[in-house]
Amino acid sequence: MRKLLTLLAATSLLVTGCAGAGSLGTGTSTLVIAIVANPQMKDAIALAPEFEKATGINLKFVSLPENQVRAKITASTATEGGEFDVVMISNYEAPQWAANGWLENLEPHMAATPGYDEGDFIPSIKQSLSYRNEMYAVPFYGESSFLAYRKDLFEKAGLTMPARPTWPQIADFAAKLDDKVHGVAGICLRGKPGWGESLAPFTTVANTFGAQWFDKDWNAKLTSPEFAEAAKFYVNLIREHGEVGASSAGFSECGTRYTQGQAAMWYDATVMAGTNEDPASSKIVGKSGYAPAPVVRTEASGWLYTWALGIPKVAKDKDAAWKFMAWMTDKAYVQKVGHTYGWNRVPPGVRQSTYAIPEYAEAAKAYAKPTLDGIAAANQQKTMANPVPYPGIQFVGIPEFQDLGTRVSQQLSAAIAGRESVEDALKQSQDYAQTVGDSYKAVQ
Amino acid sequence: MTTVAPRKRQYGKGSLTVATWVLAILFVFPLLWMILTAFKQEADAYTDPPKLLFSPTLHQIGNVLGGSFLPYLANSAFVTVLSTLLVLLLGVPAAYALSLAPVKGTSNALGFFLSTKMLPIVAAIIPLYVISQNTELLDTVWALVILYTSMNLPLAIWMMRSFFLEVPHEMIEAGRIDGANLPTLLRKIIMPVVAPGIAATALICVIFSWTEFFYAVNLTAARAGTVPVFLVGFITSEGLYWAQLSAAALLASLPVMIVGWIAQNHLVRGLSMGAVK
Amino acid sequence: MSTLSVSTPTSASQVKVAEKRGLSTAAKRRLPLLPALVFVIAVTQLPFLLTVFYSFQSWNLVRPGSRHFVGLDNYVDVFSDTTFLVALLNTVVLTVVCVFVALLLGLGLAILLDRKFFGRGVVRTLLITPFLILPAAGALLWKTTMFDPTYGLLHFVFGTDVDWLSEFPLAAVMAQVVWQWTPFMMLLILAGLQSQSKEVLEAANVDGAGRWRTFVSITLPHLSRFLQLATLLGAIYIVNSFDAIFLMTQGGPGTASTNLPYYIYQRAFEGFDVGQSSAMGVIVVILTMIVATFALRLMFRTFSVSGGIK
Repeated sequence: MRKLLTLLAATSLLVTGCAGAGSLGTGTSTLVIAIVANPQMKDAIALAPEFEKATGINLKFVSLPENQVRAKITASTATEGGEFDVVMISNYEAPQWAANGWLENLEPHMAATPGYDEGDFIPSIKQSLSYRNEMYAVPFYGESSFLAYRKDLFEKAGLTMPARPTWPQIADFAAKLDDKVHGVAGICLRGKPGWGESLAPFTTVANTFGAQWFDKDWNAKLTSPEFAEAAKFYVNLIREHGEVGASSAGFSECGTRYTQGQAAMWYDATVMAGTNEDPASSKIVGKSGYAPAPVVRTEASGWLYTWALGIPKVAKDKDAAWKFMAWMTDKAYVQKVGHTYGWNRVPPGVRQSTYAIPEYAEAAKAYAKPTLDGIAAANQQKTMANPVPYPGIQFVGIPEFQDLGTRVSQQLSAAIAGRESVEDALKQSQDYAQTVGDSYKAVQ
Repeated sequence: MTTVAPRKRQYGKGSLTVATWVLAILFVFPLLWMILTAFKQEADAYTDPPKLLFSPTLHQIGNVLGGSFLPYLANSAFVTVLSTLLVLLLGVPAAYALSLAPVKGTSNALGFFLSTKMLPIVAAIIPLYVISQNTELLDTVWALVILYTSMNLPLAIWMMRSFFLEVPHEMIEAGRIDGANLPTLLRKIIMPVVAPGIAATALICVIFSWTEFFYAVNLTAARAGTVPVFLVGFITSEGLYWAQLSAAALLASLPVMIVGWIAQNHLVRGLSMGAVK
Repeated sequence: MSTLSVSTPTSASQVKVAEKRGLSTAAKRRLPLLPALVFVIAVTQLPFLLTVFYSFQSWNLVRPGSRHFVGLDNYVDVFSDTTFLVALLNTVVLTVVCVFVALLLGLGLAILLDRKFFGRGVVRTLLITPFLILPAAGALLWKTTMFDPTYGLLHFVFGTDVDWLSEFPLAAVMAQVVWQWTPFMMLLILAGLQSQSKEVLEAANVDGAGRWRTFVSITLPHLSRFLQLATLLGAIYIVNSFDAIFLMTQGGPGTASTNLPYYIYQRAFEGFDVGQSSAMGVIVVILTMIVATFALRLMFRTFSVSGGIK
């Protein structure tokens, strides 16, 4: 026993030494970058040693799934914790955080970087990351939502996809293509809880059904007939012709199913196309067609989203942080990915110049135009039936939405899993939403 | 158990042994499967029916060790060892005071220590986050050292107290009559009796610190992550990753597994709090 | 330490009659207790007081300027939140079922191990290992290699495509927790079994008592304090279960497998509603205190037995 204690003491000395070197004294030239673990970001991490070699700046990535990394980034930024030098955020956070003074204004940095060409960014994406017309985050990739469908399966079933499909038409196709015997679902839709998961596609559906989260006086409208109709449509479509395990399927899970040939259609982010058409990850390369986001009562219904990089106000070495961000979002990076990993893996939807690259245009001919069209049409005027008091399409651009959206998405998931009726789910959601709405009414 | 034949019948004994073995192997099968999977190629990990025979590879283990795993391991080792030493440093005197030299309010103090164990850890996580941030302890190993010490201290005091109570009064009295002062008493009489108990307590602290998840996930980010945090990266289900996950899980658990195996008897002793000699 | 040695010569015979001594001696005797006491109070009690303070405020961490005093509003909201009640119920179910099942399995395995047989040491080593592996690792392994609807071992064994984690989420989480904690229970009970006096068992055998009789009338009463201890320690840790839910089901589908620690975590670190999550924390502590008052009594009984004889 005494030996055990001695051993313990001895290892402690040893370990103190190790940890001292490894974790306690981090040099100032190491940037800590919090990033979402999506495929395009993993490519960036894999290419990062080139940046380190060229600049002598060391990088340390904290790369986690969306829900986890968002929790960390938000907590750190809101409390000005300073754990991260570069954070990956979206057009949900960027304008709000900029208004709160939590983010570094990037205009001076961009101006001081010759050849960065911020005028090349797609205008709606650029606008969505700006506060008072100045950018506080630079986009890595941008997306709208659209519908991927298997041309071969449509042909076999004698179906044709209209140029501008409606949701009832899609539900009809899903019923006809649903092939339980061969394990092919009619459609894959997200059911995994999370405001950035199931609520993104669902809210676009709700919008085009004429529903809205709040009316312009901040009354919650989750039990309105339109909202209920949309929720029932979405839940029933998944339950009847959707994927197995839908209540825990998010973007990644649907991606795996669709690329493995287990779904005939998939309504999701436009970035999915890169993975669908990448021979390294997909069994159905070249078999997909891409249609605009289906509609009901509105002209368009796709969302607008971008993963972007920002610098927290409290970050220590902002110049080094900017150098890294500029490396990851400039034109040269697009070329590097295209030549190293193939043109389907280039981060899409951000730079207009990307779409002028002949190799990219060739590789992405099936989806480049639908992506750009989707992004161009993604604004509240085209995707919503009524005016709303908040920014955002597939999200409500207020700080409380992370919490509210997560809780409502849990209710939606429960309905998708058949544990709760849609009515009950909406009734509880309405309570949550009204509490939030009231806090804005009071302000007005 | 009632149907088991009397001891003397060899047949009954034999079949019971076989049954015990079968049950044990079934019970740990998920673990054995993890070890097998850790030596597979990813493609061999995703088969239906599952593959028992395959050509083993060190590829996954190498991948994990070659990646960012080692800093996490170093943090875990540092936090575990240091917090355990701190627990002993604070806990041994307290256990002594509560057993061999009890004063008024002993049971209150004991009750208080144990009651802190019942406080759900989640209840104070936000203040802890805010405090560690204001004291610049956020995302440092020190925050975890402090919290793990307080997490293990109550149980450790309880355990060690019961070991101190095992010291026979007669021996202490005899020592006093011989004129021994406290340090001598401690060294010559008390320590030999309680040392195994202290070792057992240390072992339990090591296990709980090494495996702790909640504080580690919420209070570390880039620098101070421990091995459980390393595993969080495997939450998503994109692509093929089971073999790599198994290798990581195996490596992350191995240190405590080995310590626990070697010190099995201490484990029993520590858990039963000295109720067994 | 040197201050302590002063007190020893004065003690005439009994160490336990300390109450009658002078105040200064008593103070000196308390001294070794102080550092631990101060440390535990500082690290566990002070943050909790802050939690209580926050619970009376409306405060969304990501909405600056939102912080203001709201009295008991948060508590009212929490009690009208059906999800909170679901989480509370799940916590109770998870704790009670897991402790009970792990205890039963542990008892069975301990009885099997409490005899000499070929390879006993190896079997014991095997059986304790689930307790030694990281719960995080265990949870992820169960989620993938066991419960996966296509490639998991359960799919292979039962031949069904059931998606365990979405159809039986709470049960799946409980299976993992039971697996993790059974060895702990087994070890404790085994210690109890092995501390039985062999003479008493022999005597019972000579008297012609059957094995069942012996088990019920001699072994079980002897085991009772070990079972109590196992229940108490198991409950303390299992009620705080977080890893398994965080890594296996994320509380879902919906809130089907959300327990209180996970729900509070979500409200705090995904929703950043400091006020409400603090109120939940306070409510949980109050509930725990009510339950623990009974548990603590049990603990004291257990220890006055085990500590008293020696």
